[in-house]
Amino acid sequence: MLIEFFQLLREQGVKTTITEWLDLLEALKQRVIFADVDEFYYLSRMILVKDESLYDRFDRAFAQYVERVAATDVADKIPKEWLENALKRELSEQDKARIKQLGSLEELLKTFQERLREQQERHQGGSKWIGTGGTSPFGAYGYHPGGIRIGQHGNRNRSAAKVWDKREFADLDDDARLEQRGFQIALRNLRQFARTGAATELDMDATLTATARQGGLLDLQWQPERHNAIKILLLLDVGGSMDDHIYQVEQLFTALKGEFRHLELYYFHNCPYEGLWRSNRRRRTEQIPTEQVIQTYGEDYKLIFVGDATMGPYEIAYPGGSVEHWNQEPGQVWLQRLLRKFPKAVWLNPQPQAHWRYYPSVGMIQEILSERMQPLTLSGLQQAIEVIK
Amino acid sequence: MAFNSTDSYIVSEQLASAVNAAVTLQKPLLIKGEPGTGKTRLAQELADSLNTELLQWSIKSTTKAQQGLYEYDAVSRLRDSQLGSDKVHDISNYIKPGKLWQAFTAEKRPVLLIDEIDKADIEFPNDLLHELDQMAFHVYETGEHIEARQRPIVIITSNNEKALPDAFLRRCFFHFIQFPDAETLAQIAQVHYPNLHQQLLEQALELFFDLRHTPGLKKKPSTSELLDWIRLLVAEDISAEQLQQSRQRNSAIPLTGALLKHEQDIELVERLRRVN
Repeated sequence: MLIEFFQLLREQGVKTTITEWLDLLEALKQRVIFADVDEFYYLSRMILVKDESLYDRFDRAFAQYVERVAATDVADKIPKEWLENALKRELSEQDKARIKQLGSLEELLKTFQERLREQQERHQGGSKWIGTGGTSPFGAYGYHPGGIRIGQHGNRNRSAAKVWDKREFADLDDDARLEQRGFQIALRNLRQFARTGAATELDMDATLTATARQGGLLDLQWQPERHNAIKILLLLDVGGSMDDHIYQVEQLFTALKGEFRHLELYYFHNCPYEGLWRSNRRRRTEQIPTEQVIQTYGEDYKLIFVGDATMGPYEIAYPGGSVEHWNQEPGQVWLQRLLRKFPKAVWLNPQPQAHWRYYPSVGMIQEILSERMQPLTLSGLQQAIEVIK
Repeated sequence: MAFNSTDSYIVSEQLASAVNAAVTLQKPLLIKGEPGTGKTRLAQELADSLNTELLQWSIKSTTKAQQGLYEYDAVSRLRDSQLGSDKVHDISNYIKPGKLWQAFTAEKRPVLLIDEIDKADIEFPNDLLHELDQMAFHVYETGEHIEARQRPIVIITSNNEKALPDAFLRRCFFHFIQFPDAETLAQIAQVHYPNLHQQLLEQALELFFDLRHTPGLKKKPSTSELLDWIRLLVAEDISAEQLQQSRQRNSAIPLTGALLKHEQDIELVERLRRVN
């Protein structure tokens, strides 16, 4: 049965390994928990999932699994000791007295199992099983069609089926949009350390070696500090439809600024043409020729476009297509020039990926960039980083 | 043994069972969660409840895995050799046991806290794989082999600043501390301030949750901030009525400085409260 659970988890994209699964079996063998779905839920989550962003997927797999388990004939599958234990824990003094009236515990269990089976066959909701405080000796707990709930120990503001059905962790899923902190963490993958500049740091290893070579006379060795050597050229689309995404882009920009010393920022509108600008206030007066930008920075710069790429197709394909001015050459020529100079390039799109197919211009940009457009989410950014690394 | 809430520390059922499972199965337990939800505190309370020693290894960005095992102080040996000290002939005089070594050789099964493991270099957890798995390591300088007398209880905390390697995660159990709900939070506050006026607590909690739900906060106030704030409220003798007024009239929250740590957050909240 648990193998099925394991498979469901992997189907949902929770990368659980066999070692972890064996750990879970070991935990069950050691009786860390006992016949309680809630506890099983927490225990298996703790052992099988190591990242809270996967909790939501785990919840989905667990719900499916519980549904399947509930569909099997419970009466046969539950070992007798489980029932016994659950019973002992749940019964009140009154119940225990009544057990004596009914005969032995064994007899009681038999009746209980029969009733379970009976309910299974008829596929009823089983209202007569759930009632508490009634005359039935099984009253303290019930068989819950939405999830097994044999032992119902004091409901602490949550019920078994609901913990995973609530899907409290949906927000944490990787594809959810990002805060600046998340961007920063992701951007750390794009570090490449190099030592440049003046030698100001004591190089311990070299000092030891040199001193040993001198026969024990101290010989201090120095080295330059380590810095992140990655260089970024950031081209931001501003105005128009980008206004909806200002917050996200701001977060990305702050994160980039904190992480990279060599960060060059230019703005464009919709599609880059022959001129870019560094300050939005002076965009009319102080445009910098794109040709000059291409000349200024070396090809080791990583080029990141941020834009929603939603515009008229003519804005990319035709001379004079720009909505703001007369452009001699079409946008795609300029895009290609940029890409030729900076081979490590990526386009981040703040639009949800599901909307992309409604805009032909997104497809065109995708083609020009040879499918290197990623959504502005954590997983998108991570993939983008892989591309430009 | 069963770890549970104590007089001074409220632990959720899930966390308690996570700790118990990790202790029983002798696996390291990795704890993540918002800052200020009592991750570090957990190890202290666990050590107290087991009546054993807590070995705290606080990780910094410069910490190396080797430092947890032992350090060879080459510089002082060099100095001693130049001063002609006799100690210099025995290399073990210059081997300093780290936290892991101490934990392995402790008399009673200790609790070892590896605090904020994500602060260290990205490769740090990988360097500890073997040691945490086998609970043994080799001292190259002296040829000694250090093996754990008993596997220490290992608690590891992380603030999620760096992704931890899969191989490392596979060997740990994992628990994510969720932010406590109002009821649990009230319990926690009462544990810390048993004489707190009930009404004041209710009002404070409501204001606190209002604040936490403000969209766009850079740093949401957490449990430790709430506790600091309540202490200030009591010290400044602020009454439940004053808090209620501030809530109803949307006027400034008394002593917000204890709850909000970013200047932008304070401005944002003030602006929002004025608008409403």
